[in-house]
Amino acid sequence: MERSEAPLRTLFDRIWERHLVQPETAETPAVLFVDLHLVHEVTSPQAFALLRERGLRVRRPDLTLATMDHSTPTTPAGEAGEMVITDPECRVQLDTLEQDCRDFRVELHPLGTEHQGIVHVIGPELGLTQPGRTIVCGDSHTSTHGAFGALAFGIGTSEVAHVLATQCLLQRRPRTMEVRVAGRLGACVTAKDLVLAIISRLGVSGGTGHVLEYSGEAIRALSMEARMTLCNMSIEAGARAGLVAPDDTTFEYLHGRPRAPRGRAWESALARWRILRSDEAAPFDATVEIDASALEPTVTFGTNPGMSAPITGRVPDPEREQEPAARRGLESALRYMGLRPGQPLQGHPIDVVFIGSCTNGRLSDLRAAASVLRGRRVAPRVRTLVVPGSREVKRAAEAEGLHRVFLEAGAEWREPGCSMCIGMNGDQVPPGQSAVSTSNRNFEGRQGPGARTFLASPLTAAAAAVAGALADPRGLVDARAEEGR
Amino acid sequence: MEPFRTFTSRAVVLPRRDVDTDQIIPARFLKGTTREGLGKWLFSGWRYDATGAPVAEFPLNDPRAEGACILVAGANFGCGSSREHAPWALVDHGFRAVISASIADIFRNNAVKNGLVPAVVDEQAHRALLANPFTEVTVDLQAQEVRAPGMRARFSIDPFARRCLLDGIDELGFLLARSAAITAHERARRREEEP
Repeated sequence: MERSEAPLRTLFDRIWERHLVQPETAETPAVLFVDLHLVHEVTSPQAFALLRERGLRVRRPDLTLATMDHSTPTTPAGEAGEMVITDPECRVQLDTLEQDCRDFRVELHPLGTEHQGIVHVIGPELGLTQPGRTIVCGDSHTSTHGAFGALAFGIGTSEVAHVLATQCLLQRRPRTMEVRVAGRLGACVTAKDLVLAIISRLGVSGGTGHVLEYSGEAIRALSMEARMTLCNMSIEAGARAGLVAPDDTTFEYLHGRPRAPRGRAWESALARWRILRSDEAAPFDATVEIDASALEPTVTFGTNPGMSAPITGRVPDPEREQEPAARRGLESALRYMGLRPGQPLQGHPIDVVFIGSCTNGRLSDLRAAASVLRGRRVAPRVRTLVVPGSREVKRAAEAEGLHRVFLEAGAEWREPGCSMCIGMNGDQVPPGQSAVSTSNRNFEGRQGPGARTFLASPLTAAAAAVAGALADPRGLVDARAEEGR
Repeated sequence: MEPFRTFTSRAVVLPRRDVDTDQIIPARFLKGTTREGLGKWLFSGWRYDATGAPVAEFPLNDPRAEGACILVAGANFGCGSSREHAPWALVDHGFRAVISASIADIFRNNAVKNGLVPAVVDEQAHRALLANPFTEVTVDLQAQEVRAPGMRARFSIDPFARRCLLDGIDELGFLLARSAAITAHERARRREEEP
């Protein structure tokens, strides 16, 4: 038998090669075809304006989908389901997207409609996020869609215009990094804790220039929603994208979704999807190994997502940092956060809890939070906001009665959107207050000027809401909550 | 886009590393629908106090920063979100180059599309520049060189980005010119994916 000469390829190689309109040279980047372009109100108006200016149209409206999420109110709707937009700037931004989608014939899911929600929540829900696709959006958390084995990454507004007009992007081939996660996650240790640990290990620039592929026993055991949480935060390690090779978990999630292929098309898609993985021993530019079984519920203590520690740990001492820039960075972070070196994390008082976002605003996240809050009350001075990632998540949660669990515990049950993750819609953490947030960024001022953010999983956030302080969720949760982490 | 050749100015030095795009331009200033007018909110959280008064110690408020068009920043500048508002704010304020030991991927892509040169220098040159705020620095894109009194260092930049910046080439025009190849790709993909 003839020996195969085919080079070993990674999952990334397979997707990249299939989308090359023109390969890269030393002088010019590759021209990469985009299968799905997601659009929202914040990063698209200037792109549509450029198309108008140059007399261009949207090349593939059929591959473009828009929704409203960042600037949308989440305050409970009126009796007739009407949403009140009080901020005139937000109003203009939302109106502009409506006009742009009308003018350029782009499918839009506007505020209050059936499939509206955070762009990275609705793509998968609709079954548009599919293995092997290239997916882009003017939003860095587009990396979420990599959970399906799609090459998905965030782009700027100029590039939004490029994709609208040509369905292509100019791209240099990124490097690849395998993040191999052995073992199993322990009780109350979730994908959020895992990704915080990975970012802590790599550092916030450790993934720069790379596409990460997550592999290993722990990854195979994750649900689709947990894989989305994991891939979502790849950008926080500086990576271009994160990938998980598709498997039966992926196919089961997609089967029967509104925009997933059906009948013969489903069978032929499955055949294409099943070969989407990295060859055994395919070469990666870098490899990192993590032991899942050693991880604990994790929280950030600093002002970037790389600054995290197990909930049972203590705030690190800047004096022990060897490198001057790192020492100054840590000192300034602790000053901003109001933390003392060496203090235990558990028991640090908090004012606000936010459960939601494209990182942790899906049904399994709300179930996890509810498993802690069921039959308990949030601490009296703590404001707790629960914001579903989409209208579909909201409907499903209400069908299970989760909204009643939150309301009875003293939390607010809101309309879907990005909400307090970015605070553009007025949902903000007041200056100087501390928030435990299931979102993705703890940057200075991210949740409002002077806001102090502790990133954590929905379980840990709910435990903090009950305790009124950073708290360990283990012991508060029964076995049922382990589902879908 | 204005072609870029050589710029010389005093350098504003921001020694912090991992400066994220939420610091460059906070999200509350992302509610507009145009690219203009963001310069006054550049580094807003550090530049102004809670009452809106300028913070005297912040480098951008130093009288010597007046008219500066070169920013020297700590490593991993521009990490975080994909908002192109970050380079829009820098350019609106008057910056034409950011020099660092490393620059985040999406920010770097966004910068070159707005005539802002992302110049990555080695650590030795980076340390020397960080140590000398408000010194006169030249960014020479043709020679791919950063020059300051007593130093000369090569910087790295993608060759295509460099060409676009030097010649004022616009990437959208480049892509539109590949329309026939795009159509061929679309046809081939449709054939492959037919059940």
